[in-house]
Amino acid sequence: MTHAPLLKRLVLICIGMFAFAFALVPLYDVFCDVTGLNGKPSLEQAERSTQIVQDREIGVSFTTHAQAGAPFVVKSKEYSVTVKPGAMREVMFSAKNSSDLDKVMQAVPSVSPGKAAKYLHKIACFCFDQQPLKAGEELEFKLLFYVDTALPSDIEELTLSYTVFDISEQLVASNN
Amino acid sequence: MSSIVEQPNANEAHHAHHPAKGFKRWLYTTNHKDIGSLYLIFSLTMFLIGGGMAMVIRAELFQPGLQLVDPHFFNQMTTVHGLIMVFGAVMPAFTGLANWMIPLMIGAPDMALPRMNNWSFWILPFAFLILLASLFMPGGGPAFGWTFYAPLSTTYSNDNTAMFVFAVHIMGISSIMGAINVIVTIVNLRAPGMTWMKLPLFVWTWLITAFLLIAVMPVLAGAVTMVLTDKYFATSFFDAAGGGDPVMFQHIFWFFGHPEVYIMILPAFGIISTIVPTFSRKRLFGYASMVYATSSIALLSFIVWAHHMFTTGMPVAGELFFMYATMLISVPTGVKVFNWVATMWKGSITFEVPMLFSIAFIVLFTLGGFSGLMLAITPADFQYHDTYFVVAHFHYVLVTGAVFSIMAGAYYWLPKWTGNMFNITLAKWHFWLSLVSVNVLFFPMHFVGLAGMPRRIPDYALQFADFNAIISIGGFAFGLSQLLFVAVVIKCARGGDKVPAKVWEGAEGLEWEVDSPAPYHTFSTPPVIK
Repeated sequence: MTHAPLLKRLVLICIGMFAFAFALVPLYDVFCDVTGLNGKPSLEQAERSTQIVQDREIGVSFTTHAQAGAPFVVKSKEYSVTVKPGAMREVMFSAKNSSDLDKVMQAVPSVSPGKAAKYLHKIACFCFDQQPLKAGEELEFKLLFYVDTALPSDIEELTLSYTVFDISEQLVASNN
Repeated sequence: MSSIVEQPNANEAHHAHHPAKGFKRWLYTTNHKDIGSLYLIFSLTMFLIGGGMAMVIRAELFQPGLQLVDPHFFNQMTTVHGLIMVFGAVMPAFTGLANWMIPLMIGAPDMALPRMNNWSFWILPFAFLILLASLFMPGGGPAFGWTFYAPLSTTYSNDNTAMFVFAVHIMGISSIMGAINVIVTIVNLRAPGMTWMKLPLFVWTWLITAFLLIAVMPVLAGAVTMVLTDKYFATSFFDAAGGGDPVMFQHIFWFFGHPEVYIMILPAFGIISTIVPTFSRKRLFGYASMVYATSSIALLSFIVWAHHMFTTGMPVAGELFFMYATMLISVPTGVKVFNWVATMWKGSITFEVPMLFSIAFIVLFTLGGFSGLMLAITPADFQYHDTYFVVAHFHYVLVTGAVFSIMAGAYYWLPKWTGNMFNITLAKWHFWLSLVSVNVLFFPMHFVGLAGMPRRIPDYALQFADFNAIISIGGFAFGLSQLLFVAVVIKCARGGDKVPAKVWEGAEGLEWEVDSPAPYHTFSTPPVIK
């Protein structure tokens, strides 16, 4: 009896499952994007809002922290704000490079509770771009956002958290 | 008219193919019995090494405070203990039993792909040599837990990650080749008349296990590859700074990891389903339902992985889905437990050593299953997560489950392999000492876990001191008891009372139709099944 046909199929399954492990990476992102799970907000510039709900108020707090070893001090000027759904709001952030080397900063936003992520729209955000900061330099950045009018009614407060990363080395690596 | 055409004297003709002598016999062997023995000896060696590491862990935890080892070395011990026991002891033991018994049970002359079989065993010692050698490198070996969560294994690990990844790749290739061999053997080499629903249950459970292996071992290979490239080749699969996500590591790992735990228990179900009918002198109750239950457990194992991750901040809908899916698994598992009990019901039960281990398996594995159900309850899991309750749970299912079943199987088939009956008194001592000490070892872990003692720590709060001392004593006793097992096996291989072909009076199956010890070549002409 020849084993080759069955053997071929089994080896193909193995190769397929190895590929599937890597396919999980984009699938995972797509799944999170579609469902807004995992608190992954969009990194794209949103459309401006067209209507405002007057009889509802949402508390939005801001928190930032630098990844271990990243020499940045990032703070929002206001700890939290109260907004009406659909109303645009501007919040200023200051970011300082506390090292004596020129660095590039990347902020990654995350929204809690996770299911609120797709209802927080950013029109301008320093997280859309890589932000170069010279040694010791302090800059101000603007965040312009609004909360979607379709925000589920059980959410009264949400937190926008920024983790800032030092991507200077990765940039050098990818430029080489 | 015998159902088996091959007679003992028919085997004489094959004795021309005597095995080569010395080390080369083992190095070059393509004989399923030789390779089965190699796997089993390797597994026993790893069991003792991994057990030695457990002894270090329990010695350090005997008292609160840091006494014997520093915390970093303690972490290496917990990590490597887990890796060795999972990949070095339990999985090779089942592969060894599969190599020995599947051809005998289905009336095949050997495994379908004997040379690949040689390879799949002989790369294994190198994998574990690499893993163990990494303990001696500067900065020590893997200390990130057997689950190697990123970023512990990427950002916060030394170069042992490279050794670890290489070792896991080799183990994975070995398991995959072993699994492919099992599938091809069962599909293509069954004796004429051995229809699917006449397959012995050990063969059925191994067939399903082999499919699980080829489905998830490549995913593990993918996960370790991503860890490797994240650490050394500037990719960012799990690094948020580069757009990756460390939680995704857990998803990919547990997509492998959950089926993996069934890989370690389904063959155990097969062994118990073989032994219980023998010593109950009844046919297995609900054969077909056993086959379907095993298949459903295997299928369900792919959709429950995130129950290991309830505390990562999943949405409630996800938590509920994984909670209910997990609880669903208790239905087919319950079918199995009830079938074993129903098999014993009104049977003429005798308590030979394999039966003792099997009954202990049924009771204690069920206990481990119940604590698994508790862990599946999402809100309760927030309390239990990463505590000793989890440690108690998975040691009940893996030690009193998988390991007890392997020992039951070893005692059951040892006379067939060696031709000698083992020392029954010594074996009974081994059983009773193991049974008592394993419960002294693992049962109090439930209590300290519920009281909040975290797992993977070298020191603990003072209120856990007494329980930990008891646990450690149980641990030392259990560890020492296993030396009795080694003694029984060695004595049995050297000699003992000769046994007939059908060692156990109530046993059924083709493996009992060949001589004891099983001749080097069996079923060169396939038997005919009625």
